[in-house]
Amino acid sequence: MGNPRITVATAWLDGCSGCHMSFLDMDERLIELASHIDIVHGPLVDTKELPAQVDLGILEGSVSNDHDLATAKAFRKHCKQLISLGDCAVNGNVPAMRNAFKLDAVIERAYRENVDLNPQIPVDGVPRLREVVLPLHGVVEVDLFVPGCPPPADAIYYVLSELIAGRTPDPNQLTRFGA
Amino acid sequence: MPLPTPQSSVRVVTMKVNGLDLSAREDETIIEVCRENQIPIPSLCYLDGLSILGGCRLCLVELEGQNRLFAACSTRVAEGMRVVTNSERLRHYRRTIVELLFAERNHVCSVCVSNGHCELQNLAQGCGVNHVRMPYRYPHYEVDSSHEMFRVDHNRCVLCTRCVRVCDEIEGAHTWDVMGRGSDCQVITDLARPWGDSNTCTSCGKCVQVCPTGALVKQGTSAGEMVKDQSFLPILARRRHLR
Repeated sequence: MGNPRITVATAWLDGCSGCHMSFLDMDERLIELASHIDIVHGPLVDTKELPAQVDLGILEGSVSNDHDLATAKAFRKHCKQLISLGDCAVNGNVPAMRNAFKLDAVIERAYRENVDLNPQIPVDGVPRLREVVLPLHGVVEVDLFVPGCPPPADAIYYVLSELIAGRTPDPNQLTRFGA
Repeated sequence: MPLPTPQSSVRVVTMKVNGLDLSAREDETIIEVCRENQIPIPSLCYLDGLSILGGCRLCLVELEGQNRLFAACSTRVAEGMRVVTNSERLRHYRRTIVELLFAERNHVCSVCVSNGHCELQNLAQGCGVNHVRMPYRYPHYEVDSSHEMFRVDHNRCVLCTRCVRVCDEIEGAHTWDVMGRGSDCQVITDLARPWGDSNTCTSCGKCVQVCPTGALVKQGTSAGEMVKDQSFLPILARRRHLR
């Protein structure tokens, strides 16, 4: 790992953040990684703006609302390489289970039918839900897929260390759908 | 002194699989010979002990001198046959078939009771499926929990019809059947009545054990808990055959 430092941006779309938790689950290996990468954006840092040029983008979660779509497009535009991390990003996973129903029926169920007190549909300050939840590669081109719910820390570490070393990783032996 | 075994009228053929010289009984299929010799061939609908369907097409192999591909489960061996089981072309088709199965219904592995013990999931990993290249269909399917012991989740069914065949051929109840066409095809109990209302089901659970995915499961299992055991099948099938 004697290569120059790379910049990494992450973001959390529609998901449970478990993939970021799995990222943190690398424990002491994070210290080793920290000498090779700079995390320039994501839930783990305070920056709000995505830098103009990022070496590696990592997106967790599916594309469920307009904000997710804008984030996915921004990452694709500003990141040299884009990783689809975890089952929500890779195949829609749990957020996409609503696709078998009409969006209106889903909203009605979530915000009116199952609510006892003051039922209302939120419209202010929240992005509009899209009709169909899509995996990340359904809206932008993706360079590398790391399935798993969440992908094990070993798989994430392997992918990052291979990329730092300038190689193309194949995480298939370390993770799978639902892993 | 043991009795001399009667002379078998079945002849032995010689063949090559992936360049390896093998001999086999002439009444065997390619998949049987390959499995006996530890040559991996993926399959979903094929199961030792059940009749042959040839529906999933995952076991396709190349035969030298033939342009089209052949299903290893439904193709008998022949003298001098040269089989290729793992070419680039076959890997491409197998991966595509598995991806199409995922795209066709709602297989959400992370919340599936068969997560980690699923033949479709294992196939996906074996075929290098790390995402699905075609758009998902997201059909609407019901889950039938009306049976006191078992549950059927049509979202996870791959239409291998193992349940239909084991119920008919081994249990002899013929509770399961198939309804509809193409991707709208669905396995049903009796005449599409809820499973719990079936008066032919013996609750033996063979269908649950042979189901390759989380489509047929035991009630009360949580994500990842449904481990299936199919070891009974060849034994029962052989006993039925001998009778």
